[in-house]
Amino acid sequence: MIPLSHFLIVAALLFSISVAGMFLNRKNVLILLMCIELMLLSVNLNFVAFSHYLGDMAGQVFVFFILTVAAAEAAIGLAILVVLFRNRRTINVQELDAMKG
Amino acid sequence: MTFEQIIFYLFAGVLVTAAVGMVTVRNPVYAALCLILSFFTSAGLWLLLEAEFLGIVLVLVYVGAVMVLFLFVIMMLDLNLDPLKEGFAKYLPVGLLVATVMAVEMVLVLQSGPFQTSQAAVPSPANNTEALGVLLYTDYVYPFEIAAVILVVAIIAAIVLTLRRRPDSKKQDIGQQVQVRRADRIRLVNMKAEKKA
Repeated sequence: MIPLSHFLIVAALLFSISVAGMFLNRKNVLILLMCIELMLLSVNLNFVAFSHYLGDMAGQVFVFFILTVAAAEAAIGLAILVVLFRNRRTINVQELDAMKG
Repeated sequence: MTFEQIIFYLFAGVLVTAAVGMVTVRNPVYAALCLILSFFTSAGLWLLLEAEFLGIVLVLVYVGAVMVLFLFVIMMLDLNLDPLKEGFAKYLPVGLLVATVMAVEMVLVLQSGPFQTSQAAVPSPANNTEALGVLLYTDYVYPFEIAAVILVVAIIAAIVLTLRRRPDSKKQDIGQQVQVRRADRIRLVNMKAEKKA
């Protein structure tokens, strides 16, 4: 049998890779959104693994809700991205300084 | 090595490779395809963990809907990729450093005692979908309905954000067509009869 820690380590590696992806692709909003999806996936893997090894179905219910919220977030994020591109002709994070933040 | 272990290490390897590919590849289309591969592989891992319903939902909802939406947007936008890739080499060391430190810390924690269990405490229910459904429609029915509301809000928000009224569109205005009166369309001209030449 596979120990629980192996699943958790895979999820931890996935999370670290997506954090590195946020550093590497810090100008491209599309890739940043994809990195967020990857992070949510690694958290979901943790939930499913714990749910299996603890024998508690509540973990899988949580994954269900995370999937729902992530789908909503992706839809709204991409809609904002399309509007942004329509107005500015770019999705470069560095050029989005209209609010002088 | 048992069959389960072979499957686990194969899928874990493909998953991590696809994730690394997603963050390093140059073209966003390839990045999205790598992300699809990692979702698909995770669905395999979830099946291994006896979460069959969620594994299928991940493939149907994520690969089938969300990633298609991503690909659709990537291909719709006319991106100039060169400025977007600037600074990749500049931020590579700090990104790798942060990621490595995080990974090492988490792995060190996960090596400790309580996470070494390899046997499920309680055998999983025979029908995963039924067990999840019973839980979802009894104990979690209120969060379930809130999730439905969140999805409706997302639909409306996405439509409102991307809707645009173009001034040059030749759309019919049904209300105006129905309201039209005789006087708007017909003009009676009173003119004298002309002489025959």
